[in-house]
This record gives sequence, C-alpha cells and structure tokens, in this order.
Amino acid sequence: MKKIEAIIKPFKLEEVKEALTEIGIAGMTVSEVKGYGRQKGHKEMYRGAEYNVDFNPKVKIELVIDGDMVEKVVTTIRESALSGKIGDGKIFILPVEDVLRVRTGERGVEAI
Amino acid sequence: MKNKASMSTKNIWRGAIFLGGLALAGPAVAEEAVTISGVADNLTQLAYSVDTFYFLMSGALVMWMAAGFAMLEAGLVRGKNTVEILTKNVALYSIACLMYLIVGYNIMYGDAVSSVIPGLSFFLGADNSVDAVLKSGGETYYSNMSDFFFQVVFVATAMSIVSGAVAERMKLWTFLAFAVVMTGFIYPVSGYWKWGGGFLDAMGFLDFAGSGLVHLAGASAALAGVIVLGARKGKYGKDGSVRAIPGCNLPLATLGTFILWLGWFGFNGGSELKISNIDEANAVSMIFVNTNTAAAGGLVAALLLSRLWFGKADLTMALNGALAGLVAITAEPLTPTPGIATLVGVIGGLLVVPSIIFLDKMKIDDPVGAISVHGVVGTFGLIAVAFTNPDGSLVKQLIGAASIFGWVFVTSFIFWLILKAVMGVRVSEEEEMEGVDIAECGLEAYPEFTRD
Repeated sequence: MKKIEAIIKPFKLEEVKEALTEIGIAGMTVSEVKGYGRQKGHKEMYRGAEYNVDFNPKVKIELVIDGDMVEKVVTTIRESALSGKIGDGKIFILPVEDVLRVRTGERGVEAI
Repeated sequence: MKNKASMSTKNIWRGAIFLGGLALAGPAVAEEAVTISGVADNLTQLAYSVDTFYFLMSGALVMWMAAGFAMLEAGLVRGKNTVEILTKNVALYSIACLMYLIVGYNIMYGDAVSSVIPGLSFFLGADNSVDAVLKSGGETYYSNMSDFFFQVVFVATAMSIVSGAVAERMKLWTFLAFAVVMTGFIYPVSGYWKWGGGFLDAMGFLDFAGSGLVHLAGASAALAGVIVLGARKGKYGKDGSVRAIPGCNLPLATLGTFILWLGWFGFNGGSELKISNIDEANAVSMIFVNTNTAAAGGLVAALLLSRLWFGKADLTMALNGALAGLVAITAEPLTPTPGIATLVGVIGGLLVVPSIIFLDKMKIDDPVGAISVHGVVGTFGLIAVAFTNPDGSLVKQLIGAASIFGWVFVTSFIFWLILKAVMGVRVSEEEEMEGVDIAECGLEAYPEFTRD
C-alpha cells in the first residue's frame, strides 16, 4: 500500500477529482495549504504600494491506494493537474504500513 | 347661516388645495376676503409642511451616511480591528447627537458674542407657533426642530471622517473623549463663523453644504490625530519603504461608498433648505444631478489614473475617487452646469490618488484615505467655488479654508496632546499586533475565520 500526497493548484482540484473517480478511486482527503517552491510568492498591489504574498495557496490531496495502482494514479493526477506553468505542484509517494477502518476494524487493503 | 356657509366654503377650499386643485383658486377672488386669506394661510401651511418634510427626509439621508462611513471603514481595516471601528462609528454618531443637542447647536446658531466668538447656551428652544409662521409671510418656512435634526447629522459626518484616519491603533476611549470635544465645541465654533452668521459669512466666503465646514474640518482633526498617534506598526519598512496593509472586506467598502453617495443627495440637496416652489424645486434637482455626476466623474478619473499609474485598476482608489468627487462639489453644487460639475468631480478624483500616495510617503498613515478625500479635496472644493460661482472670490475662499483648517487643526492638536498625557492615545504594541478588537472590545468580528 502507498500513500499519495499531491500538492496542486486549487483550481485544478475538480478536474483531478473527476479523473481519479473515473479510474475507480473512491475517496480522498483534501486540505487547503499554503507554501512556496521555485515559484516563490507573488506580488500584489494595494493603494499604490506593492506587497509580497510569500506563500501561495495550494490544495493538498491525500489518498492511500493499493501498490499496483500507483503508476496509474500518479499519471492520472499529473495529467489532470497539469497546466504547464510554474507552480503546478508536486506528487509524493510514501509507503504505508497498515490501514484500519474505524467502523468495522478491517485491516490492510480491505480497509482502503 | 352666513357663517356656516363661509365655513363650508373654507373647508371645500382646503380640500381642493390638498388635492392639488390650485387652478380653482381663480373664483376665490369673488368670495369674501376671509376666504382668500384662509387660502393664503393654507398655502403657507402647506409650503411649511413640504419644506419641513424635505428637510427631515434629507436629514434622514445624511444620518444614513453614518452607516456608509461605518461600512467603508470596516472594509478598509484588517479583520482583527473591525469590531472596534464599528464600535467607534456607532458611539461617535451617538456622542455627536448628544453633544450637539446639549451645547453644540447653540454655539453654532445661538446669540453670539462677536463675529468670531460665538455665544454659549444649552439645549434647544421652542419650535415655531402657527401664528408666528403665518405672520412671517413665508420668511419662516421650516420647523426649528427639523433644522436641528438636519444640522446634527452633519456634525456626526465630520466626526466619522476622523475615525477612519486613526483606525487600527487608537484607544477607543481616547477617541470617544475627543469626539465629545470635537462635536460639542470645535466643529460648532467654525460652523458659527459661516453658517451661524460669523465673520466668514459676513466676508462673503462661500461653502454651500460644507466642503470646508464639515469635510475639511473633519480631515483637519484627523490629520492632527494621525500626527500625534503615528503610523500603524508594519506600515513602513526599516528602510522607509511603504508597505501595503490591505483592507479585509472590499465588498463592505464598496457598499459603504454607495451608501455615502446616496446620503450625499440629502447632504447637498437638503442644504438648499427649501423645495416648495418651482425655482427651489429646480435648484434642488440641479443639485441632485450635479452631486451625482461629480461622484461619477471622480470615480472614473481615479479608476483610470490608478490603472495608468499602477498598472492595475485599484478598487479602493476608485471608491476614494467617487467620494472625492462628492466632497469637491459640496462647496457649490448649484451654480455649475452638470458639465462643469463633472469636471469638478474629475479634478477631485485626479487629486485624491496622488494625495494618498504623497501622504503615505510623508509617513502620515491614513488607512482609509480620509485626509486626502475630505481635507485635500475639500480645500480644492472651496477653491473651485471661485470659478463656478460668479459670487465666489479666490482670496475669500482661501481665507475661509485657512481659517477652518487653522482653527480645527490647532485646537484638535492641543486636545489630542492633552488626551495623550491624561489617558494615552495609542494601544500597546502587543495589543496592536493582536488586534484592537480583542484588546478594546473583547470580541472578534469574524470568529469563525482564522486570521493572520
């Protein structure tokens, strides 16, 4: 089992969600996050004075999947999140030791 | 029998007049003299009622400007300072009403000591009796109480100007203590000089609805306050660079501007004081048109200028532009043609943007641009009268502007310093960082949102 953490542009969330649903992903956790990478922050203007917005708003998607699905999921996320411009985000793939469903007590892949 | 007939004729006439059947007045010549004088009296009563009604409704519109200022200021401060600015706005309005009732109105319009020194008395006198109004032959044409009501909401407007400029760092109770002095003493004295019949009025200084007496006065007190108070923490970098501190709610700021725009029809339109004949009705209509077009011109000018200057269409500058147009036309909204009124508004809008940038550079931190909108453009409005009203004189307008600024700025400065010594003028650095909402009022405007 693997955990996928994808940080994407907020306006791409809907597309990514739909693409993942199409390939059979049944659930995910989404959070609004802020950060910067090579894109850095950006400048805004208010009443003639510039100010820096150091952290850009992003959306983080987290999902845990069966190891076999990794390439398919990652490709789907990349394709649907891609705008080709700076700031498109990153995808992290992490190993997961075990999963437990709270309601039933199921473990492992069954619990995903 | 004769009496009865006469009575019933009178009643018929009364009905006809109230139905607007004035064309029927012709045959009255054939009636008895008592009936004709009855008609005349009824017309006087009707005109008195119409003018009083117009005065009251105009005052109600100006009262609503308090809401406009509250929304504008709440929109242009940060979310952590919203509750306090709202508290200041509702409290200053109420204090202005009380102080002007107790003493301010009497200083401004009571029996004076000289053309410079007004008199001192307390509370309002009686209203006009029916006999006195009828005897005056149209000289007395509105209720004294309606006059007080119309004047009192102007004082509140002047004080509202101060609250925006000193926002986000002034102590609540210091501000309210200043409101007592400003609305009960400082404003009424300079008000007396012009509208109360003092030396500025005698000299021929013109200020129709208060570009000087209300707006410049408010801005002068604000400027003194900001100088004593200092800039908001974080407004200026160590190298002296200007940092933007964006307002938390531009929809509210926009709503506030529209409310002020609406209220201004009462502010300028009501200042004609009369609407009950054709000339006056035309004059009021002209004032409405000119007031509206000046605001529109100011907005478009400021919007275009900010786009050309900064590369972006800055909404807050556009809003200030509309208010600048309104302030500029307030000194003389009647004599210019709508084309000239638009031009006056446009110049106001073009002045306000560089003025805001300049004051920012001078380290005079005014979060809402009140000193630029009401002070700089208010002064321009007074000067413009020399060019838009044949009776205007540039020298007299400048003397008027200097007198108002000099009086209000110096007395305010002294009172701000006294308040600073007695109760302190500024919240602590920690309280400023945390937000004055929690520090002064103990609650948040938007508790469900996390803030920076």
